Amino acid sequence: MISLTVNGKLHQVDVPPEMPLLWAIRETLGLTGTKYGCGMALCGACTVHLNGDPVRACVTPMSAVAGKSVTTIEGLSDKGDHPVQRAWTEVDVPQCGYCQPGQIMSAAALLAAKPSPTDADIDDAMSGNICRCGTYQRIRAAIHRAAALKKGGA
Amino acid sequence: MNALITRRALLRGGLAVGAGLTVGFPVARGARGAALAQTAGVFAPNQWLRIDRDGVVTIVNSVPEMGQGSLTTTSMIIADELDAILDQVRVEQAPANPALYKNPVTGTQSYGGSRGVRDHLAMWRKAAAAAREMLAQAAADEWGVPVESVETEQGAVVHRPSGRRLLYGQLVDRAQQLPVPQNPALKSPDKFRYIGKPVKRRDTPEKITGRGIYGTDVQVPGMLVASIERCPVFGGKVKSFDATAATRVKGVKHVVQVSNGIAVVADGFWTALQGRRALRVTWDEGPMAQVSSTMITREYEAAAKQPGQVARNDGDAEKVLAAGGRVHEAVYQVPFLEHACMEPMNATAQVMPDACVVWAPTQNPGGTQATAARLTGLPPEKVTVHTTLLGGGFGRRGEQDFIVDAVETSKAVGAPVKVMWTREDDITHGFYRPATYNLFRATLDARGVPAAWFTRMVGPGILIQKGRAQAGTIDAAAVEAVRNMPYDVPNLRIEWTNKDLGIPLGFWRSVGPSQNGFIIESFIDELAHLAGKDPYEYRRALLGKSPRHKAVLELAATRANWGAPLPTGHTRGIAVAFSYGSYVAHVAEVSVARDGAVRTHRLVAAIDAGLAVNPENVKAQMEGGAVYALTAALYGRITIDRGRVQQSNFHDYPMLRINEMPVVEVHILDSGEAPGGLGEPGVPTVAPAVCNAIYAATGRRIRTLPINRDELKRA
Repeated sequence: MISLTVNGKLHQVDVPPEMPLLWAIRETLGLTGTKYGCGMALCGACTVHLNGDPVRACVTPMSAVAGKSVTTIEGLSDKGDHPVQRAWTEVDVPQCGYCQPGQIMSAAALLAAKPSPTDADIDDAMSGNICRCGTYQRIRAAIHRAAALKKGGA
Repeated sequence: MNALITRRALLRGGLAVGAGLTVGFPVARGARGAALAQTAGVFAPNQWLRIDRDGVVTIVNSVPEMGQGSLTTTSMIIADELDAILDQVRVEQAPANPALYKNPVTGTQSYGGSRGVRDHLAMWRKAAAAAREMLAQAAADEWGVPVESVETEQGAVVHRPSGRRLLYGQLVDRAQQLPVPQNPALKSPDKFRYIGKPVKRRDTPEKITGRGIYGTDVQVPGMLVASIERCPVFGGKVKSFDATAATRVKGVKHVVQVSNGIAVVADGFWTALQGRRALRVTWDEGPMAQVSSTMITREYEAAAKQPGQVARNDGDAEKVLAAGGRVHEAVYQVPFLEHACMEPMNATAQVMPDACVVWAPTQNPGGTQATAARLTGLPPEKVTVHTTLLGGGFGRRGEQDFIVDAVETSKAVGAPVKVMWTREDDITHGFYRPATYNLFRATLDARGVPAAWFTRMVGPGILIQKGRAQAGTIDAAAVEAVRNMPYDVPNLRIEWTNKDLGIPLGFWRSVGPSQNGFIIESFIDELAHLAGKDPYEYRRALLGKSPRHKAVLELAATRANWGAPLPTGHTRGIAVAFSYGSYVAHVAEVSVARDGAVRTHRLVAAIDAGLAVNPENVKAQMEGGAVYALTAALYGRITIDRGRVQQSNFHDYPMLRINEMPVVEVHILDSGEAPGGLGEPGVPTVAPAVCNAIYAATGRRIRTLPINRDELKRA
């Protein structure tokens, strides 16, 4: 049994310690918002927060998360109204949407660390997240917008 | 064809099959609406919409949502013509039922070719207009006034002389009794409330919260999860396998042989992968084990020395080229490409003795139903297909291989099974955009304009390989955007040679034009420079018979300030093409670093897609097409060694990332013509615009994709 907190709730999960966090989240806990894309930390579709830091759940073994706190896209906000989510809606970012939970979790972590990110900061923080539909231009605009929303800007 | 299915036909064979997953909106999921459709109190004049007594309008979207925005666009069109309030309509994804939901142009319930709007607009408008007329008649009957004296507005019918007003929901019972008009009057375009206006996507809420259900997210009670070990060589077969160690892995339930390999069926995906690792399979690799990329290139080169089939022959290009003038010759080559949808292939099936249910992120619900019927021996109407959200499509998800995986595995183990592919499975077992080899020859007259142009294309034909065109004919997909190239050349000869060495082929976003735009628009650029002319003006002068090409070319050039000074080291390139009903031009602004790295700073696009139903979505699709095309131009290459794909994941099949993203500007030219496609037309002109800019910067002509930065290095 491995115990961890997911989206504020304590869970005991009976999975092998070497199983990646991604599969415990998706299959054991049934939280399917976090996506599988590559299994090698190359695409960022599985990005979640581990004690607040963005990590790739597809290569993070359960043994490394025991006793820690995980936030998934389902736990980012109660009503889908985190500034990043509001900005994503305003800028009409998603197309197929499959990579967007990972993009949003990376963006939320960036804004938590840097409330006013520059374009270079965005490149650094977001270049691990692939979007095959090509929404990058809108992602960049939405991150700047989310920064303004977070500061209480209109 | 194109006739609306009447209510009676609907009751005979219609929605009882099940209405599929409700995607898009947080109202009831599942087939609840389907039952209602046949009960009193639901007005369902045809298969595309229904209204209940509460006034809830439900629209049935037949085009799978793969990112192209069909959930939004379909609802815009139907809500507008129905005079319903867009924010209040629900959308359901259509079940597989080709009799009701086939594309009226292709005749199949399979979606590709950027056909969502252009093939369905007229039919959907007619369906909604019929409903609107019936509601108006119902109100007129209720009030005892002539129908000409009432009008509809935003979910209600009004009678202005008396100030009376009834909501659609209040008219359901009366409207239900009326005959369905076969030729309803359509709204005049100046009355459009949504069509032609920028509308935000309606599926964003579920896509930013993780609530959206993709194929990979499907959960069915009692479901097992499988991963399939496939022969690394195309067409290879299982000789023997030893499942002893695999079945010992805790959680592995079954190991079964299926058409595409050995399925390890377990309580979860990760467990299935552990089982798969422990599996021992001996393969009969078959004849494809002899095939490699170097051999394919050699075969193409040899074929290009022989005459091909004549796809177009204006004047006498061979005679003019042989006349002794200076002949400019070039060879263009493009590689195999894989789609790399962000969601790897997957499907879930539940095969039962008397029925089968499939949940799939498919572009081809009709084909999915037929595949499952064939594999189970059930009649098609016993196969229910739920089309989930698609995590990318790009043509890959029209194929049936992942459906076969799920149906066969579920049938073999007698339980619902989700078969999931790894990224490696996805890249190594795709259906690839063809690699081709293209020989060009041209000669210019004294004014510098082409007097003769010859293109010999060598490569495989997708349609022929798939049995959709006859062997020995010219494959329309292979020559598209070459055969119909827009420039006015008096002596023009296009030849094509089918050279198919068995690599599985597929429709890759913009298909033939994805590569043919590159070769044509690069070669015309060569001729412009050869003639000492400005590449934009040179094209413009040759587009006299192609006014829509010319118009987008001019718009892109104007908006990009063609000819105006740029920062040091930056250069521009231009290209124009027609594909899938739309005309697109791109101007790329590029710089090349000393180490050969190519940076695209800005892409200015102009598109004439006829009527732009949702201009916001036109922009989004053009932005997406740019990224798809740039990825291919800079990185895309699938190579084959001993019948195996040599790439396997994003480290060796890289994708463009945000730090490489140019600014993309999209300018829409409203030509007033019928709508064209959007998903694909943004692709073909990007690579040539970029490569033409590279030539302007470096004097190096890129004739082979992807761009080889080593060739662009400066000392």
